[in-house]
Amino acid sequence: MAEPTAVVDEGASEEIHERAERPTPTDEVAAALVAKFVGSIFHDSHGQAVVYADRSQMADIATYLRDEEQFTTCLDVTAVDHLTDAERLAVPGVTPERFELVANFISHARNRRIRVIAQVPTSDTTVPSLTPVYAGVNFAEREVFDLYGIEFVGHPDLTRILMPDDWSGYPLRKDDAPARVPVTFKEDPGPRVDGAA
Amino acid sequence: MSGGLNETERLSRQTDEGAQVLKASHDLVVTGTVWPELEGDGETMIINMGPQHPSTHGVLRVMMELDGETVVRAKPVIGYLHTGMEKTGEQLTYVQGCTNVTRMDYASPIANEIVFSMAVEQLLDVEVPERSIWIRMMLAELSRIASHLLFQASNGMDIGAVSMMLYGWREREETLRVLEMITGLRMNHNFVRPGGVAADLPDGWQQAVLELCDKVELGIEDYDTLLTGNPIWIERTVGVGVITTEQALALGVTGPILRSTGFAWDLRKAQPYLAYDKVDFDVIYTQNGDCFDRYRIRLTEIAESIKIVRQCVEMMPPGDYRVQDKKITPPPRERIDQSMEALIHHFKLFTEGFRVPAGETYASVESPRGEVGCYIVSDGTGKPTRMHVRAPSFYNLQSMGPMMEDRLVADAVAVISSVDPILGEVDR
Repeated sequence: MAEPTAVVDEGASEEIHERAERPTPTDEVAAALVAKFVGSIFHDSHGQAVVYADRSQMADIATYLRDEEQFTTCLDVTAVDHLTDAERLAVPGVTPERFELVANFISHARNRRIRVIAQVPTSDTTVPSLTPVYAGVNFAEREVFDLYGIEFVGHPDLTRILMPDDWSGYPLRKDDAPARVPVTFKEDPGPRVDGAA
Repeated sequence: MSGGLNETERLSRQTDEGAQVLKASHDLVVTGTVWPELEGDGETMIINMGPQHPSTHGVLRVMMELDGETVVRAKPVIGYLHTGMEKTGEQLTYVQGCTNVTRMDYASPIANEIVFSMAVEQLLDVEVPERSIWIRMMLAELSRIASHLLFQASNGMDIGAVSMMLYGWREREETLRVLEMITGLRMNHNFVRPGGVAADLPDGWQQAVLELCDKVELGIEDYDTLLTGNPIWIERTVGVGVITTEQALALGVTGPILRSTGFAWDLRKAQPYLAYDKVDFDVIYTQNGDCFDRYRIRLTEIAESIKIVRQCVEMMPPGDYRVQDKKITPPPRERIDQSMEALIHHFKLFTEGFRVPAGETYASVESPRGEVGCYIVSDGTGKPTRMHVRAPSFYNLQSMGPMMEDRLVADAVAVISSVDPILGEVDR
């Protein structure tokens, strides 16, 4: 998803050209999302409907999915760090950023799923929280905050969930190397000193 | 219960034609923050249950604000078993990946192996042979039986029916013995792998599996006699830990907990994977959403799983147990002794693994605890960029708060037990 400023820079003709090569959504919910939210792009990922959207729209998209499209549950919220990718899936029209926020929704009534992905740049890792819309993503957003350092604005309890409270760094980031913190072992007990006192 | 509908309203919604048109409740708050001050009238106190409490199934800690013996609020605190398995998943090749995911939900490892393998197969765009699909399905159901038997055992002991621990373990041990015969290990099998399964079924598997089915069937009759009509059991579980469909859906709760609220949702029926559309079984659901219903559902699901296993034995197709794609399948053992190329092929596959085209996918299956999902992002190399497992227990834990509120501490034990969390997959 292009940043709003980038769209202005490119000029109208290029934007039209870009639109032409975007795939038409084969999924009705994705089509509705693409039509309603400016800048969102449909992608068919192994037969699954995926919509790339601007991160500022995430909460609005979730509200729309819940209230208009009967998507009763947000199954999962997670993130991806693309820092060290050898090769990255190129979706036309999407400006790749380092982090991706991934949310999976399911509609039980319509028996379908949809995945919404938002690009999150290193410079500003804030996204609107989905907790006001789906209470169940509370833990998941805390986990993403804990492991990736992505901040969810409007989350009622944005604290570390898996790591200790005083931990510094975000373990699932690619530049947070494993074994950065050395494992400390207790020293061998020294020889017993008898009659020292 | 905040935000929930009352009982009659919920039931009427379930019975009319638009039953599935439900909206998430809007004012549900799962947890507060670290509770700087008490909410009660000055008579309350905060007590930690766990992480070393015997009824918390491992290392779960539940923070409770108590007014006397009544729970005002409850908040699960997790992370005591966090071992960075998702980070580890990024260091392992796709061949090794199964050894990692199988250790997450250690009570039903096969479900995790299947979902991981399915995600990798989607990225690779390979179709696995029919026989491997049926082997996977049979093992998944055996694993579900073992997991639900574990639940029956521990749930019984938590609530005070201590002999259930022995009975449940008796049948579970038999199930694990059959799983060991087929996969080589009692738990953490690493048997389902991208491209199929690790080996063909051993000689005499039909007899072993059918004998097991008979034993477990006798077992669940025992439990039924022991518990279902037992007045103490009913007193401890009926009406305890009630959750509504709206709450469950809003909280992302899946599996037996969701089904206990009157919402018949099972991925095996709703979005069939493997060969679940070719076998005959029922989705078990009840209306009351309490601990007793969750016990009944899991007990009856054992019987349904036995039904599926019997059909698997009957309908097991012949053929290959793994895909004959040299990119992902190692050469047969005999070839390695005869051919240098086969030896190199084998060596490369197990040291470097195979490359998976760049892309992302989400696969999901119905584990004994609910929807377990696997989100894999590949960057075209032999190791995933991201391997995330959507653990059902992780989400189901959030339902503890609403279930425990305004109930006694003793009921909290019943609630923890009936959520049936596996902390290995909660913390990953």
